Parts: sequence; C-alpha cells; structure tokens
Amino acid sequence: MTARIGVVTFPGSLDDKDALRAVRIAGAEPVSLWHRDTSLHQVDAIVLPGGFSYGDYLRCGAIARFSPVMQTILEQARAGMPVLGICNGFQVLCESHLLPGALTRNDHMHFVCRDQKLRVENADTAWTVDYSAGQEITVPLKNGEGGYVADERTLDELEAEGRVVFRYLDGNPNGSRRDIAGITNAAGNVVGLMPHPEHAVESLTGPTTEGLGFFTSAITTLKKMVHA
Amino acid sequence: MARVVVDVMLKPEILDPQGQAVQRALPRLGFEGIADVRQGKRFELEVEGPVDDAALARINELAETFLANTVIEDFTVRVEELEEETATA
Repeated sequence: MTARIGVVTFPGSLDDKDALRAVRIAGAEPVSLWHRDTSLHQVDAIVLPGGFSYGDYLRCGAIARFSPVMQTILEQARAGMPVLGICNGFQVLCESHLLPGALTRNDHMHFVCRDQKLRVENADTAWTVDYSAGQEITVPLKNGEGGYVADERTLDELEAEGRVVFRYLDGNPNGSRRDIAGITNAAGNVVGLMPHPEHAVESLTGPTTEGLGFFTSAITTLKKMVHA
Repeated sequence: MARVVVDVMLKPEILDPQGQAVQRALPRLGFEGIADVRQGKRFELEVEGPVDDAALARINELAETFLANTVIEDFTVRVEELEEETATA
C-alpha cells in the first residue's frame, strides 16, 4: 500500500506545490488538503508547508493554528500521526503548542535566503530515520522570522531529551538560540524546522537532493507503524 | 459601546530587533537621549453590552490564547473611557 501524505494549503501558503512534488518524488501519494477541510481524507502523514499563511497577520502561524483543518491535525498529531512543519509550518506547530518555543524576527532584521548547511542531530524521528545522526546536509533556507527562542529550561530539556533535530552549521542565519534549526516533540512524530527540505529533492532545481530523506523517512516510519 | 484595550509586548528577555532598529535611527533624526525602544501591538476592542467581570474574563482568555503568544509576549487588558462619555460625565 502506498503511503498517503497530505499537504495543507492555507491562504498564503507558497511551498505547498513543492511539498506535494517532494512527496511524489519520494514515492508516496501526495494529497492536497484545504485549510477549511475538517477531514484529512485518510492520509497517513501531514506536511504543513512554508509561506505566509493568512498574510502572517497577528503573528506568523497564529491564525492558521485556529483553522478547521488544524483542529483535526492537532488530534491526529497527539495520537501519533507523523506531522512535519516547514518554515511557516514550523511556526504553526509552535503556535499550536505541539512544539515548544516560538519563532521571532531574525536578529539582523534581514530576510535570509541561502543554501544552508545543517547537522542532523536526531535520526530517530518520524521524519529523519533515513538519515544518520551527525550527517550534514545542505538545503535552502528563506525566512524573515526564523529566530528560534524558548526559555533556558525548555532549551535544556530539548537538549537533554535529544529533541534538537537539526542545528545550523557554518554560521547562525537568524539568531536562533543554540543554533537550533529544528526540533521534535517527545514522541518524535511531530517535527518542525525553518529550512526547506522540499526544495532540495531534484538536482535540476535544488542545491542538493539531501532534503528527499525527510519524505522517504516518513514512508519508512509509516511502513514500520503498519507492521508494528 | 465600551472600548477595551489590549497591549501586547515582547517579554523583556526576548530580543526586539524592530525596536532596536527604531532606537538606532533616532540620533540620525536629531532625537537624542532615547536609551531604548521596544515595539509592541495595541488592540482596541469595541465591546457590545456591559464590560463586567465576565466580559473581561472572556477578553483575558482571548488575549491569552490568540492576541498574544505568551511564550514570548506579555499582555495587559484595560477598559478605556470613551471621549464622548468623559465629556458628558
């Protein structure tokens, strides 16, 4: 059975099409989900894509969090469904409190757009099992509000529990505390990061194809879940 | 109708690059002596019906869940006297 991976389109989402394409290239069946849907159309995993949902009004991700589709996703995420939030999707996951902390304006105030080297710190999450711990990958990064912040106690907990999934290498692009690029929840099924793996799945258009592993990891994870 | 004002500010320990940029621009404009600037948001809610304790409790709830992200922001809620009311009072 082919895994069905849903990608949510909010008004203002930009990278939903690239995320659907990445899902297809990885070998899963891509399913478009609309922000007003309350049904997830029998998908096995969810990607919340990058962009500027609801115009980034109020705060990035703050309004998307209360959309109809998110209410169902919150329930499913708590029940163990793999959920990946990329960039604006990461902001939505933090606003939803599925992940701790928040994303704030880049410390240097500039929008950053570049190919970014990352280290995979945790290769046991639903979205990273096809990587190895310590592996270095390069994928695009593009954000204006990507500075990850949380209080010191939360940061210490994330570190102690191995929930820092990705760290920026060769310079911190946005002032994120402890060079954190992505984190996971305690169960490892919900992952959020600012960089864009869905833009690095084909050599024609990406700097590398090292982002593909996110989507193949989800497929690997779903196969294990079925057999478990 | 009564107006309730919700002010939302980044917590003191959270870096505010926007406020810093404003502060750094001030000397160039000839405004000296401003040591720090922090930028926040102000929401003006026009409330139907009386602003009693129950209404204020609801507004506190909406400020806490929606208007502010309490991971990084603090908020205050206050009832504002409308000008025409104060003029006739």
